[in-house]
Amino acid sequence: MADMRTPLSRVRGHGSAKSGTDHFWLQRLTAVANVPLVIFALASVVALVGADYATVKAYLSMPVVSILFLLLILSGVYHMRIGMKEIIEDYVNGEGMKLLSIIGNNFFAAVVGLACIYAVLKLGFGG
Amino acid sequence: MAETSVKAPGRARPLSPHLGIYRPMLTMMMSIVHRFTGGALYFGTLLLAWWLIAAATGPEAYSVFMDVATSWFGRFVLFGYTWALIHHLLGGIRHFIWDLGKGFELGTVEWMARLSLAGSIILTLIVWAVAYAMAGGL
Repeated sequence: MADMRTPLSRVRGHGSAKSGTDHFWLQRLTAVANVPLVIFALASVVALVGADYATVKAYLSMPVVSILFLLLILSGVYHMRIGMKEIIEDYVNGEGMKLLSIIGNNFFAAVVGLACIYAVLKLGFGG
Repeated sequence: MAETSVKAPGRARPLSPHLGIYRPMLTMMMSIVHRFTGGALYFGTLLLAWWLIAAATGPEAYSVFMDVATSWFGRFVLFGYTWALIHHLLGGIRHFIWDLGKGFELGTVEWMARLSLAGSIILTLIVWAVAYAMAGGL
């Protein structure tokens, strides 16, 4: 039987799914990164309980703190975007609603991620 | 052959058994809660964004955030946020163990579920006890 698939399609090995296991791998990769970053963020917030504005601002302006928060935001937002996509694909059955949900998921992740990054950079650069 | 092809379009198709047929078990509930806490944390990032933006905006914006965050409702939400975060984190660690191909024995699965549930509650209480100690009491 003649194989209608192109050699490139065959070597990629994805078939009709169009993509492979990269989302699975990225979900785990970001999960591994999130563990220490979340513990750091939680410890930071607890340590800042009861602190005044100047103290909070000074803490969030430290380069190491900024970098760790930026890493958390990038890794966390990517992780949650993949996770919510999986939930949508499992429970939203109508094609139109599914498409809208996936668009909304991407927009939400982009807006939250960019807003957090902007705030952290502004604090870090002392604006 | 002919009969089935005629009847097929209008007939309700059989569905495979779903959640409704199972007796609730701890491991199953933990799996559901892992997904639920993931969804909650997804929307919880709005609070992180609000906190960071308020801090970057100025003292007035920050005090508005703090007024809401320290109200009884704010504390209730943040307590739930803390528990969801720790529960999801411990659940994630269980998934790492399974990803390594270990911990699939029934007994192991059961005690890992119990340990992470108890751990999530105990660690949440510890975090809040430390937070209240930092704030100098209630």
